[in-house]
Parts: sequence; structure tokens; C-alpha cells
Amino acid sequence: MEISIIALPLIASIISGFFGKFIGDRNSEIITSLLVSISAIFSILVLYEVIANQYEENLLIAKWISSGSLEVNWSMKIDSLSAVMLVVVTSVSALVHIYSIGYMSHDPHKPRFMAYLSLFTFAMLMLVTSDNFIQLFFGWEGVGLCSYFLIGFWFKKDSANKAAIKAFVVNRVGDFGFALGIFLIFYLFGTVNYSEVFQQISTITDKNLTFLGIEINAIDLICLLLFVGAMGKSAQILLHTWLPDAMEGPTPVSALIHAATMVTAGVFLVVRCSPIYEYSEFALNIITTVGMSTAFFAATVALVQNDIKKIIAYSTCSQLGYMFFAAGVGAYNVAMFHLFTHAFFKALLFLGSGSVIHAFKDEQNINNMGGVWKKLPYTYAMMIIGTLALTGFPFLSGFYSKDAIIEFAYLRGNTTGYYAAGIGIFTAFLTSIYSWRLIFKTFHGSYNNKIVKIDETHESPIVMLVPLALLSIGAIFAGLFFKELFIGSVGSANFWGDSIFFLKPLSADHPPLWFLLLTPILVILSIPLAYYLFVKNRNLPEQIADINKPLYQFLINKWYFDELYDVLFVKSSKKFGLFLWKFFDLKIIDGFGPDGISSLIKKFSVKANKFQSGYIYQYAFVMLIGFSALLTFLIVK
Amino acid sequence: MNFPILSSLILLPSIGALFLFFTKSTKNNNVTIKYVALFTSIVNFLLSIYLWILFDKSTSEFQFVEQRIWIQDFINYKVGVDGISILFILLTTFITPLCIISVNNSIKKRLSEFLIAVLIMESFMIGVFCSLDLVVFYLFFEAGLIPMFLIIGIWGGARRVYSAFKFFLYTLLGSVLMLVAIITIYFLNGTTDVVELYKSGIDIKYQNLLWLAFFSSFAVKTPMWPVHTWLPDAHVEAPTAGSVLLAAILLKMAGYGFIRFSLGLFPAASEIFTPLIYTLSVIAIIFTSFIALMQEDMKKLIAYSSVAHMGYVTLGIFTIQQQGIEGSIIQMISHGLVAAALFLCVGVVYDRMHSRLINTYGGIVSIIPKYSVLFMLFTLAALGLPGTSGFVGEFLILMGVFKDNFLVAVIASLGVIIGAAYMLWLYKRVVFGKLINTDLKQMIDLNRSELFILSCLAIPTLFFGFYPDPLINTIEVSISDLIDQYNFKLAGKI
Repeated sequence: MEISIIALPLIASIISGFFGKFIGDRNSEIITSLLVSISAIFSILVLYEVIANQYEENLLIAKWISSGSLEVNWSMKIDSLSAVMLVVVTSVSALVHIYSIGYMSHDPHKPRFMAYLSLFTFAMLMLVTSDNFIQLFFGWEGVGLCSYFLIGFWFKKDSANKAAIKAFVVNRVGDFGFALGIFLIFYLFGTVNYSEVFQQISTITDKNLTFLGIEINAIDLICLLLFVGAMGKSAQILLHTWLPDAMEGPTPVSALIHAATMVTAGVFLVVRCSPIYEYSEFALNIITTVGMSTAFFAATVALVQNDIKKIIAYSTCSQLGYMFFAAGVGAYNVAMFHLFTHAFFKALLFLGSGSVIHAFKDEQNINNMGGVWKKLPYTYAMMIIGTLALTGFPFLSGFYSKDAIIEFAYLRGNTTGYYAAGIGIFTAFLTSIYSWRLIFKTFHGSYNNKIVKIDETHESPIVMLVPLALLSIGAIFAGLFFKELFIGSVGSANFWGDSIFFLKPLSADHPPLWFLLLTPILVILSIPLAYYLFVKNRNLPEQIADINKPLYQFLINKWYFDELYDVLFVKSSKKFGLFLWKFFDLKIIDGFGPDGISSLIKKFSVKANKFQSGYIYQYAFVMLIGFSALLTFLIVK
Repeated sequence: MNFPILSSLILLPSIGALFLFFTKSTKNNNVTIKYVALFTSIVNFLLSIYLWILFDKSTSEFQFVEQRIWIQDFINYKVGVDGISILFILLTTFITPLCIISVNNSIKKRLSEFLIAVLIMESFMIGVFCSLDLVVFYLFFEAGLIPMFLIIGIWGGARRVYSAFKFFLYTLLGSVLMLVAIITIYFLNGTTDVVELYKSGIDIKYQNLLWLAFFSSFAVKTPMWPVHTWLPDAHVEAPTAGSVLLAAILLKMAGYGFIRFSLGLFPAASEIFTPLIYTLSVIAIIFTSFIALMQEDMKKLIAYSSVAHMGYVTLGIFTIQQQGIEGSIIQMISHGLVAAALFLCVGVVYDRMHSRLINTYGGIVSIIPKYSVLFMLFTLAALGLPGTSGFVGEFLILMGVFKDNFLVAVIASLGVIIGAAYMLWLYKRVVFGKLINTDLKQMIDLNRSELFILSCLAIPTLFFGFYPDPLINTIEVSISDLIDQYNFKLAGKI
């Protein structure tokens, strides 16, 4: 059963990808959805086993690479951590599969789309169930590949192709760090299996390495290199630029890959490697800093964006930042909890926005929407649920997980912790503002679309609404139900067992009451504020933007990261390549090498040619000179 | 085993070529000619598989050794295989029939002469990979140039003469020094028998110069930076089948030579010159990757990427680590499959549109979907995606290098990023996007033989990506013994 969780999506993908033409669109949709759903049910059973009976298993599937001391197997590791991920991945994936049947109904390439989705699910499952770093890397690049395929799914759109390549290459930058981290682990421990590495980690805490004259602690270096990989995949600041562009893909893809599953792989990596990270205070502080910077940065950008999907994309970026800073303050279980709840409400928001886009016939600009909440009642209701959950409205799932992150940051008790908590609260407020801005601009106010008439907008079909409904159940109750299990002071230690390692136990204290109430109050207050700004007095935001023109430009251009990178990397790489080719290879190497030598020989032979003029007197003259030279030489000698 | 299996492998293609030589090439019997050539090469392939099955993987001794006196007290014709050579023989016998199948689309004139050149070349290549005498090795090594020279010079494109001469002069220049070195070795040790030289070792006083002489030949053939500029020109002008042979097999001779001779005979010198190799390899990886990024000609792009990939190979060999050398061999096998396939992919569109320029194409995915799928697969293998053979080689090499030198590993890993960029960008410009050039609409998808060839290359690319054990298993003992010998000799300074 365990292996079929992984195998079923692969089979689904092969069937739909290679035989989709023969079995037809509808059949490939049904087969892929069905097989992935079965896989989801099995995953839930496994999670149940893990919760009820502390079930743990490390299944060996086959040998992969064995070279010298390197032994890598295809394997499936089941513990609480991977079981949680299994459920998140397969259940969201199953719902997205079903939703896609409706969403992609007008697309001519349905089997291909379904095949990619299933293939992605397979790769993601390989990633989360690996018991070694190299299979993890396989899944890691595999999900990157599927993401590349799906972002560029509409292959005729140039922007989609560019975004796809950008996603892959930026991820490769992260993977570069990740791979070096794996090399370093292999160099230090002679193995890449989690359990063997984790066992030995405490023996090398004092080992230092020298690189380019800089001395650095070995564990710090491992942690940082792995984290570079995590930053790439989870779109953390500096390596985040691919995620907003990735919204070029169809919306179900954004929900599955760029919200619920793939982008959380980085968080998963850090949590999985908690036995390493616990020994590196330095790396944890870096993670916290990066996480909170991303959370803040992405939230500010989300405030001013007008593309409905880009707002949610930046919001995802921001929430991933929260997860990282939870991990950075050592609260790995809280990071996992937020990952878990976030999967539900963010997938819900994306799928909901897909439903809106569908209704407006592929319109994504929220300025061209508005006033349709009565026309799309179910979508509207479920988007509200998603928004409430995301902003952390009391007793919905985001409330439990996000507030816990801020609490644990506070309880960390050091400067980074307090700083992170402060930023966390402020970002929560920003999150609330931009989320409600999205809702109000999309559903309330006047109807602003000039192409589609209001009567033509319509609610989505049932096949799209059911997944939304199921996700909203998750968005409402996931926090309440799983709170004790994931982050409770008693239950959680039992549940996580050995899969998460704490060097010193998490603080069981509680922050002061005012602190606990601060975030929810801000979040609730922001609703009327947003309503005022974006419905009642719509001119006010524009006036604010006009007054603070430079700031507004800075935000709407996403802090100018893309422009900077374009100059720094893209353009300069091209120039460098051109220089090496046209100048170095052709002018210098060829010019002084083969071409130069051959032209030199030609010159010489032309000269030598002239010697053989055919005139006897010239030959006689040369002979005479030669003879006298020889004679002189003999006499002198 | 008295049956001279290796000699048969070497001779069989030549016998086939002889048959072709006496058959006149006319329009009518072109098919017959092709079948004769194909039959010969397939028999040879089966024979090499049989060899692989009989091969004893548990020992590093040379097996199936045959020895005949050629010139009394001077040269013996001696051949034999160990785990390292057998994979290259398999690669050669596997690629050749595919090449022969591919000719009906690309070779329009003098078919029988072309096939003779291909078969003769197969003979020579197999000879290179199993000769155990330096002189015999040298002869095969150099003779292999001649058919390639002819293939480029006769069946090539517009600038074929320039390219053929560039190719010939470059490669010959390096080899002259190797010949001198071989003669020197004969005077020093009184033999050119590789097995005996392994045992006796070569005087440390002469090793550096000898190493450099061998290096000059191997570096050109690999090709290493900065003597790589013949390769893009040769590839661009060569017909598809020629490019395939060149990329898949000819380039591997030098990698094989580095392992067999540079490491095996001159350990002390190899130790001294490792930094040189590292530097040149890293430069090759980074520089040629950037150059590949800017190419407008598909074949040139892949040629430059070959230089980068071979940079990884030389890097891995000189780590003298199990992972590094094994990675290098897998990388060579993988590159043999993938580069061959990529050149064939270029050939497919070239046969239809007669253009290799990237900007001719764009938006062909919906017109020729089968082609697009296979091309995508090989693109991914070329950029080293896990699950393809390219990943296993590259990753093992980098692991080996990392153990030896952090900085080199870091820089070499950067090549992986650029590799992804140039391959995906190539694919995007050729296959995706809007269809602008309306002539492309008439393109026909892969025909049966093209589909067959590319699938034949795709299957091992994927298979060895998921399960490289058959390869690693074959070379493991030979390589660990090579490393032991190397370290042993180094300790004793011979």
C-alpha cells in the first residue's frame, strides 16, 4: 500500500501522457484523478496509522547508485513528517486534479496537462519520502521540471516560456547550493543517508573548514548550503523572482505547485534536517532573518499589485517566509503546522481566484472586476473563508498556526526573536490589508469590466466547486483539529517522535496576554479599514499613492529585483558569452592558432617561392655567397 | 576461450567494408549496400554483448588477451579488455548501427563509400579501446582520423575543406609528440607492452615530459580548452552521421587514453599536472558554456556543450577518486548517447528545412510532437536532470572533485546552472513559441527509422539514469585496482 501511494500517480501520468490520445480526454481525466485520489486515501490511512500506532517504516525499493563508499537506494521513508507531507501533497493534488477537469475544459491538450500534474505528484512524493539526500535531490529537480512544464504549458505564449525557463534556472541556482551541501555532507560523513548523517552530526560540531581563506564551521556551512537550495525552491528573497512570473501557468498549477506543495519543499528540507540545523545557531539566525525579510518584502509588494494571481503569489512568498522564520527560531513543528494549514487555505484562494478568472473569461486584473459577489455566491463565500483563514481570523486555521509562529518567535527570547515577532505582527496586518483589498476589489464596488457583461459572468460548474468546498472545510477546521497534535505541549512530542529533533526543548511558557491579543485585534480591525479604503473611499488609496510616488513605484516594480538581475546576470552573461566566442575563440585562439599558423606558413612559402626564380645568375650568386660563407667559417674555426 | 573474439570485433566491420568496396554503388542497390553494412554492424554489436556477458567483472586483469608477434622483438599485436575498455567497445558497436540506419535521410551521394568509411572507423575505434600495446594503440588512434577526415571533407557542408583540414592538422599535431613519447618509452623500457609497463613502471625522471607528450595528443582530441576550436567547425560541416560518430565515439578515445595511459603509466607526473588539468577543465566548463549560450547555429551550440561536458570528464579522471573516475566513464557513455541523439535531432530538422539556424524554427511542437518529446528528453539529459544518465555521471564527478578541491568543485558546479540555461533556451527557441515561419507547417514528424534510432538512444539514457548499476558494476573493480596501483606507485615513486 505504501509503495502504491508513490506508484499510482506515476502510472496515471504514464497512461495519460503516452496513451492519452488513444483513451480520450475524458478517460485520461478520470483515470488520473481517480488514481491520485486513491493515493490520497492511502496517505490518509498511513497518517492515521502514524498517529494511532506511531507507525514508522523505511522501505527499500531498489538500488540506485553505488560507487565506492557511496550507496544510494530508491527508498520510502515513512515517519510522522513524511506522513504529514504525504497527506498534504496527495489530497491537494487529488482536489486539483478534479478541479482541473472543469477549469481546463476548453483546452485542447487535456491529457498532457493531467499527465504533468500526476508526474508532479509523483516527483513530490519521491521528494518527501526519501531517506537520503540524493533521492531528495531527484524529487527536488523532478518537481522543478514539472513546474517548468506546467508554467510553460501554454507554449505559444512567449511570456509563459520565458517564465518557465526563469523558474528552472533560478531554481538551479538554489540547487547549485543544495548540491554543494550534499557534496559536503558526503565529504564529511561518507554517506548521504539521513539516519547515518544525523547520527554522526554531534561528533563534528567543532570541525572547521577553510574555503578561500575563510574559516567556517562545517555544520554552519552545510546548513547554509542546504538553505540556499531551500531559498530557491521556496522563493525566498533574492531567489524569489521566479514565483510571481510562474503565475503564467494555468491556475490549478499555481494552486498545487506554487502554493500548497512544491514551494514548501524548502521548509520541509529544513525541518527534515532539524538534527543538523539544531547544531548551527548561526544558520538558524540567517534563516529567521531571510524568512522575516521575505515575509515583509512580499507583503509590501502584494499591497499594490493588480493581478489577482500575482497578489496571491506574493502572499504565498510571504507565508513561506513565516514558515522559515518559525523553523529559524527552532519551532520546526510550528513551521510544519503552518505549512499544513497554509496548503488548504492557499490552494483554496488560488482555486477560488481561478473560478473568478474563469467567470471573467480570463481576466486577471482586479481593477477590471468588482460587484459580482451576488453572481458568484459560492466562489465568493469560499474566497471569504480562505481570506479569513489566511489573515488569521480567530479560530480559523491560519489563526492557530500563524499566531503560534509569532508567539514562538517572541519566546525565543533573543534579539532576532523579538525582532522577528515584531515584523511578524506588522506583516500579519499587511497581509490582512492586501487580502481584503483583493476581496473588495474583486467582488464589491462597481462592476468595471468592459469586455464581459455582468450578466455573462457565471458561477463555475460543480466539478470546480466541490474541491473548493472540501478545501474550505480544511481551511476552517485544520487548525482547530490538529493544533494539539502538531504543536500542543503534550501531544506533539509524541506525534513527531524522532522525525524532528530539538536540541533543547521548546519553551512551554506563554507570552503575556496583551501580546496574544495584539495580532487578532489588528487583523479584525483591518477589515473595516480595508473596506473603507477599497470600497467606500476609493480615491484615498490613489491619493496616498500620488503623494508617495517614489515609494509606490518602488513597490509596484517589486523592489526592482527583476531589473537588477537582468542587468547583473542575464545581460552580462550574454555579453560575456559573446566576448568569449567572437573575441577569445575566434580572434585569439584561432587567430594565433591554426589560422595564424597556416597564414604564416603561406607567407613563408610565398617568400620561398621567390627564391626559385629560374634565373641562372641568381642561383650562381647564391651559391657564391654560400661558398664564401662556408669558407670564412672554416678559416675562422 | 580460444576463439579470438576481440580480433573478430576489430576485423568484422572491415570485412563488411571490403564487401561494400567490391559492390558498385548505384541507385538500385543502395538498399542492399545499406543492409550489408547494417548487418555487419549489428552482428558486431551482438558479438560485443556476448563479450560483455562472458566478461568476468570480479577481476581487474585483462581478459580475452590475444598476442601475436608482429615485428620480432619490437611490436606485438596485443589486445585485451578490462572493465574500463569494455564499455567503450559496447558504446562503439551500439552507436555504429544507429549511424548506419540514419544515413538514408542525410547522405545523398556516394553511399557505399560513406558506409565503408563508417565501418572502417568502427574497426579502428574498437582497436583503440582494446589494444594493449602502445604502438598498436597509436596506429589505431591515428588511423581513426582518416575516415573522419574523409567524412567531413567529402560529405560535409559548404566550408567542409577548411573544417576537415583544421580537424586533421589540430589532431595530428598533438599526436606526433605522442609518437615520439612512445618511441622513447620503447628505448627506456625495451617494450611497448602496456601490461608489462604497468608492472615495471616508467622512470620518474622522464615521466613529466612523456606525460606532456601524451597530454598534447589527448587534450586536442578531448578536446580541452584552448585547443577545442576545431570541434565546432568540424561538427557544423560534418554530415549528421559524421557528427554522431565524432561526438559519441571519437571524443571518448582521449578520455579513455587519459585513464589508461596518463594515470596508468605516469602516476607521478599525473599528480604534478593535476592542477593543470583542473584549471583547463574548469575554464572549459565555464567558458564554453557561456559561448554555447550565444550560439545561433544548433550544431555549434551542441558542439560547445560537448566541450563543457568533456571538461567534466577530464576533471573527474584526475580526481583519482572512485566516484570521480567512475563518474567520468559514465559521463562519457552518457554523453555518447545524448550528444549522438542531439546531433540526430538537429539532423532531423535539418533534413526537412535545410537550416541549422535556431531562428529558422520556433513553434514546431504542435507540428512534430513526437520529435519534440524526444528532443525534450535529450535536452534534459544534457542538462543533467536526475533520472537521466547525465545526472549520474555529473553528480559522481562533482562528488569526487569536491573531496579533492572545494574551489574547483564550486566553480564546476556553476556550469550546471549555465548548462540549464543554454539547453532550455535552445529548446524554447526551436520548439516552443508562436509559429512564425510558415514553411515549418509542412514539416513531417519523425519517420519510422528516425523514431527507432532516437528511441534506441532514449531507452539507455533513462535506464542508466534510474539504474546505472550495470555500468558501475562493470568498471568498479578495474577502477579501484587502478587507483590502488596509482597510489602504490606514487608511494614507491615509480
